[in-house]
Amino acid sequence: MTLSARLTKRLTSGFALDVSFVVEPGVTILFGASGSGKTTILRCVAGLTRPDAGRVAVGERVLFDSQSPRDVPVPERRLGYVFQQLALFPHMTVAENIAYGLAALPRGERQQRVVEAAGSFHIEGLLGRRPDQISGGERQRTALARALVTDPDALLLDEPLSALDYAIQRHIMDDLRRWNEARRIPVLYVTHSHREAFALGDRLLALEQGRVVASGSPHEVLDHPAHAPLAALAGFENLFAATVAARSERGGTMRCLLAGTSTELEVPLGAAPVGAPVRIALRAGDILLADREPAGLSARNILRGTVAASTMHGTTVVATIDAGARFLVHLTPGGADTLGLQPGNPVWLVIKTYSCRVAHPRDSAGQ
Amino acid sequence: MDWQALWLTARLAALVSTILVVISIPLAHWIVFNRRRWTFLVESVVSLPLVLPPTVMGFYLLMATGTRSPLGRLWNEWTGHPLAFTFEGLVVASVFYSLPFAVQPVAAAFAQIDPTLREASATLGASRLRTFLRVVLPLSIEGVVAGLVLSFAHTVGEFGVVLMVGGNLPGVTRTISIAVYDHVQALQYREATLTALFMLAFSFAVLLMVYGLRRRPLAAAPMA
Repeated sequence: MTLSARLTKRLTSGFALDVSFVVEPGVTILFGASGSGKTTILRCVAGLTRPDAGRVAVGERVLFDSQSPRDVPVPERRLGYVFQQLALFPHMTVAENIAYGLAALPRGERQQRVVEAAGSFHIEGLLGRRPDQISGGERQRTALARALVTDPDALLLDEPLSALDYAIQRHIMDDLRRWNEARRIPVLYVTHSHREAFALGDRLLALEQGRVVASGSPHEVLDHPAHAPLAALAGFENLFAATVAARSERGGTMRCLLAGTSTELEVPLGAAPVGAPVRIALRAGDILLADREPAGLSARNILRGTVAASTMHGTTVVATIDAGARFLVHLTPGGADTLGLQPGNPVWLVIKTYSCRVAHPRDSAGQ
Repeated sequence: MDWQALWLTARLAALVSTILVVISIPLAHWIVFNRRRWTFLVESVVSLPLVLPPTVMGFYLLMATGTRSPLGRLWNEWTGHPLAFTFEGLVVASVFYSLPFAVQPVAAAFAQIDPTLREASATLGASRLRTFLRVVLPLSIEGVVAGLVLSFAHTVGEFGVVLMVGGNLPGVTRTISIAVYDHVQALQYREATLTALFMLAFSFAVLLMVYGLRRRPLAAAPMA
């Protein structure tokens, strides 16, 4: 079974959503910054918000079609929805919460299903507790069990785990995957955390200002981000516009000139021809700094620059280096002390070719 | 103490507050959850008794329940006796007069409920009615109790409207607040003092109940 959606929606704020996508069985990440339209998409699919136009279908079942017209009421859509705030019923026990969607079943079967779902998400010992008597992770598990016990045709998750520790996230996601192995329903998982996207997603849809700007596996999309907001979310602090200056088929590399500078970077060979515009994404933690010109290194990019600024963010020193273009570099406080990062001091940037992720904007725009 | 007036008042207030809870739950639900633009109009009409002088309110109600009005005539044909200056007439007038005291706490309780709880209920297959009975009402029970208590107390304490619509017929329309007024008019200060003291203690007890109830964090705390 697959979930397909084509949606347009204009909000009074001026924001316009215009997307079209298919969610296969398994976990598809809906990735984007806050305000990119992720939650609006989930709400339109679930029927909580009415799109201006479009079509939503799960398998053969059409849930919404502005042409026919057809708009199946929320309670009849058979979609599981886990809200960002979880929305557990505070006056009910864990067991009553999970049983809520099973009202049509006879009592015995209902209890059996509740116990089974609670077991799958490891909350069988908490059935008699109320939501305010259990931990955050246990509440997430309860919300998942409540949505899944009804055997929905698809599951919609709105940043359900973002408030939790990474370890707990992984455990819960493992439980969710195990549950879904037998059922194979499409799961649409909204997040703005690239770590969650890499860890949990089979596929990823990148969203920007109400449009799908890239899709593919999380690695395909997030390792070569072509758009600045996407690059920042994917953990690439540096994103440069550049043009291809020279290609070396034999060396498997190409040289790119950063726009508006005379600075060149050697990057892995891509499909872009000489003269084509590309984007180069670079993690701030992948750049090495030296206080004198280094020699005898395998790294191909050694750029001379000056320190423009350096500030502490928690236990990380963020240095801004002016080397034609401005580079953000992350260091440990110890490393920064060794270098003596005073503004105006000369430094050398060392960047490995393979740390540079190149996106050819025309490749990854749209679907 | 005027036991007859006290018993009459208790019967009146119990009946009125029961009727009001039954009316105010669907009315408050409509006011809070419908999305029509003219909702504020209904809200304003419901709240009119809060600002209208009781004599003005009583005057209109008297006109409405008199035998010359359509309502009064209809009542007369059905029951064989007029509506004005009867216990039933007093009940009708009091329902209108105490309406905001029942609707407002209930509406406030409904409005406080996290909208995602109702959405979650819908995604789990629940109809609007089931959502209301299983989620909205249980989480608003304090507001409903507050509405019940406040409309009871307000009915007990009304004076102007009763005087206008009910007059002062012992055992029929003579409530306790009218009795106090009567005692003072007749210079019976001992009786007036006793009755007034009783009313003071009663009103204070009611408010203790309402505010004491609100301190209980039964359903107020939103879930993270």
